[in-house]
Amino acid sequence: MVKFRIEKAPAPLWIKPLIPLIAIIVTFLVTSILVVMANANPLEAYYYFLLSPLSNRVSALETLVKATPLLLTGASVTIAFASGYWNIGAEGQLYAGAIAAAGLGMVLGNFPPILAIPIMLIGGFAAGMLWASIPALLKVKLAVDEVVTTLLLNSVILFIVSFLLNGPWRDPVSGWPQSPQIVDSAQLPRLISRSRLHLGFLVAIIMILIVWFILTRTSLGLKMRAVGHGQEAARFMGVNVGQTMLTAALISGGIAGLAGVTEVAGIHFHLIDAISPGFGYSGIIAATLGALNPLGVGLAAMFIGLIDTGAQTVSRSLGVPVYLGNVVQATLLLVTLGMFLLQNYRIRRD
Amino acid sequence: MDTFIVGLIAATLRVATPLIYGTLGELYSERSGVLNLGIEGTMFFGAFVGFAAADATGSLWLGVLAALLGGMLAGLLMAFFSVRLGVNQHVSGLGITLLLTAVSLFFFRLIYGEPRIPPSIRSFDQLQPFGNLPIIGPITTQYALTYISFLIIPLAWWVLYRTNVGLNIRAVGENPEAADAAGVNVYRVRSYALMIGGGLMAVGGAFLSLAQLGAFTYGIIAGRGWVCIALIIFANWQPAKVLWGALLFGGVFALQLRLQSTGLNLPYETFLALPYVVTIIALAIAGRNATGPAAVLKAYKRE
Repeated sequence: MVKFRIEKAPAPLWIKPLIPLIAIIVTFLVTSILVVMANANPLEAYYYFLLSPLSNRVSALETLVKATPLLLTGASVTIAFASGYWNIGAEGQLYAGAIAAAGLGMVLGNFPPILAIPIMLIGGFAAGMLWASIPALLKVKLAVDEVVTTLLLNSVILFIVSFLLNGPWRDPVSGWPQSPQIVDSAQLPRLISRSRLHLGFLVAIIMILIVWFILTRTSLGLKMRAVGHGQEAARFMGVNVGQTMLTAALISGGIAGLAGVTEVAGIHFHLIDAISPGFGYSGIIAATLGALNPLGVGLAAMFIGLIDTGAQTVSRSLGVPVYLGNVVQATLLLVTLGMFLLQNYRIRRD
Repeated sequence: MDTFIVGLIAATLRVATPLIYGTLGELYSERSGVLNLGIEGTMFFGAFVGFAAADATGSLWLGVLAALLGGMLAGLLMAFFSVRLGVNQHVSGLGITLLLTAVSLFFFRLIYGEPRIPPSIRSFDQLQPFGNLPIIGPITTQYALTYISFLIIPLAWWVLYRTNVGLNIRAVGENPEAADAAGVNVYRVRSYALMIGGGLMAVGGAFLSLAQLGAFTYGIIAGRGWVCIALIIFANWQPAKVLWGALLFGGVFALQLRLQSTGLNLPYETFLALPYVVTIIALAIAGRNATGPAAVLKAYKRE
């Protein structure tokens, strides 16, 4: 009789790309319990979730639209986490970028798009950096835990948005709590006619590539990863840990700020308080699913975009609450975390 | 003493209540060596489960019990990932928060649909042990859950510093290797600590839906869980100091509610943001001297 045993040793390399696939299957098995409780057929639900969004041009492109902010927050979280800086504030930094985009979008009327759009992007990046600099400086200068401060600042910026929308920026045309529509020249152009896919998608792809380049091809990236692996060892190697973390935190905040720009200037054309349904937190999911490898994070962000699109289809077609999408995302995160441990084991035949 | 001050003190105690539950819950978790970022989701889950159970059974106390059990389950889930599997505590905690928030919203929508006004129930009555006596009467007019929250602070001190359970919790939070060598089951102690903690967090959430609001809304927790994480640093991981942190935040929060109505010419969002900003400033002042349990964030792997 053949006997198997499990031992602690690096798993064969082909396991690694399979882990996300196994995690996806396990996730859908677990969450099918909720589908059944909502009196729907899980197989039908999976069809709407994963296949129907890709079955026609409109919703396939919509998946890319949904993925755009996730690619950016995913890239943002990746560069921070890879550097050992736990930036949970991508959500707030996104809002900072959105505020900048709404503000700049009101005053750029005399600029042609070729100037207005770069100004919007740079402004959003700067705003995200600025908001991220508060917890980053507190961390580096005063050793205040960045997890707590970034989370608290996420709440604070929502009050700032609320203040702007109910006060100085309330739309005089509609009277609703939204900022005035941004000028035409500041709106991100559509990439493909008859779809919402806009320039922001390209920006997001470029940012993913830039983060990949920084982390894998530059000395700054080497320092960042050294700090991420262990601050003491990095310090011993002569790396300025504080400065490296600060750099990572600011780039991370800037990229998250860009996500705010793409949502304001590419989708809504106004600042609204619900501009992000948690893109910053979904970015953490994307970064984890992609194992902090920027290219993997890109794929994961696309997949989460698919889940977001699919959840709306499931809700419309089967009457399952749309929050099933959030449950699937969170379950996928936890299952993937567990599954990564499989890398440390292999099965041997005695 | 004028009614402004009396009202302020009474409101401070009320606002501090969910924070005391949440912070003590986090205290048990962190003293055992686990940062539980699942707190925000666990409080939200507790608020929902408590509300739904009370609504279904007609008993508010059954709602509190359901929240307690639901929170312990949430703590067990956190223990499975962060203790048994030993995965990253930041990410698994956030995962728990995202999951519990999503699950609560899913079932809320399934049970209550999309109501235009949030469903409500008749909430807890306040106790009036001193009736209508001046000053002391209105200050002590509080919910039973508020009284209980003030009792569980010394209880937490007693458990952590005067019992074997507490000794084990502190031991696995400071030096799990030594505790293990002394025969303490690190995994089990941490799991129990997370379950106690989760139960307390969820009751804090249920206080909001069953006592303070008598309703469940999407924004019911609104970052209170994160405030608790900050308060624990502010309290330097000491049960007694948890009280001062919670009262400070509660006081600022209660004060801003009153300042809003006095017609000070500032946008009301300034006041709403004030407690969060004050918390960050307090952290910046206390930050350098803050030293948590040594083993927090370190998964224990038995070789």
